[in-house]
Amino acid sequence: MASMRDIKRRKGSIQSTQQITKAMKLVSTVKLQKARNRAEQSNPYFNYMYQTVTSMLARSGNINHPYLKAGSSKKKAVIAIASNRGLAGGYNSNIVKLITGSDMAREDAQIYMIGRKAKEVLVRKGYEIKADYSDVIEGPTYEDASMICKDVLGAFSRGEIGEIYLAYTHFKNTVSHEPTLMKLLPIEFDEAELKEADSNVLMNYEPNEEETLDLIIPKYMTSLFYGALVEAVASENGARMQAMDSATSNADEMISDLTLKYNRARQGSITQELTEIIAGAEAIS
Amino acid sequence: MAENFQLQIITPDRIFYEGEASMVEFTSVDGEMGVYKNHIPLTTVLAPGVVTITEAGGKKDAAIHAGFVQILGDKVTFLAEIAEWPDEIDVARAEAARERAEERLRNHGAEVDVARAEIALKKALVRIGVKQ
Repeated sequence: MASMRDIKRRKGSIQSTQQITKAMKLVSTVKLQKARNRAEQSNPYFNYMYQTVTSMLARSGNINHPYLKAGSSKKKAVIAIASNRGLAGGYNSNIVKLITGSDMAREDAQIYMIGRKAKEVLVRKGYEIKADYSDVIEGPTYEDASMICKDVLGAFSRGEIGEIYLAYTHFKNTVSHEPTLMKLLPIEFDEAELKEADSNVLMNYEPNEEETLDLIIPKYMTSLFYGALVEAVASENGARMQAMDSATSNADEMISDLTLKYNRARQGSITQELTEIIAGAEAIS
Repeated sequence: MAENFQLQIITPDRIFYEGEASMVEFTSVDGEMGVYKNHIPLTTVLAPGVVTITEAGGKKDAAIHAGFVQILGDKVTFLAEIAEWPDEIDVARAEAARERAEERLRNHGAEVDVARAEIALKKALVRIGVKQ
């Protein structure tokens, strides 16, 4: 049985760890609320953008545009959004698993990485990191999103990559976040969704349809990507909050367990001392 | 008096404007446009410029940079990357940006992105224009 002093020391260290996890939980709760508000505010823009692009494509039928068909290159670009910090439960490793578990060949994937933690793992696994924008995740702005999109789209139009994917964590609600792998380019819509889009109004385009698509599709991508960024920030903080919450309650459990052991050890040592004294007294008399 | 229609200006960060307006004027890539109710359905790309909203209470100006507008009969929706009211604009900063852009355009070397400097100059000019 561990000595009283050992148990006491261990309990102390768990208590101080618990204080840290508790503080981290509070911090990420506040951050989560902020990130959630931002995600909600960017939602109308994103939804409307999606509607516009779907209805545009529904009306224009099979328009022949480079953004709508896969490039000749076999390479696939993946924009992966994870975090710079750990201690967020499975948040980072889920993104890594999403990429390694997909049917993409490792040689074909080119990763545009956001988030140092997941980058380390992917590098170790032998993935090619094309670019690293890890600082963006600290406070994503629309300009950041548009800059990264421009880089990736540039590579697409130069024919270096044939498809573009986006790996991020979708923020469903505070407790449930879903790692999602989404195809950005070429744009693919479900037939059903296209039919649903109202196609009864005849829309005119200025300058013309092709040029408008040319301008709108990068914006559409940027808005998707920006939406993913703000959602990922919300998910990260949500994941961290949960992880820290369970760490705090685990620490509670351990502390109560150790308190019990400590009391038992103390009682044991008292009993032992008494027995020794009595035995000693008897020996003298 | 012209009839009112629904007007929405949405940016990635917020819903910038939502309300009833009788007319809206803006700059598209093809030139300036004014839209009343029951305009033909039209989607057009915005150029950096001033948007003037005429509502019951009077006129309102705002600066808009990059985006597009969808006009559908009684509903007009702007999707703008950046939209600002005059009181949100920092004139000193816009002036500085203008000077910087002009400087770049005047004596640019090979490494200067001319198109980018032109866009920056345009943005600065729009901001200053709205403020006045």
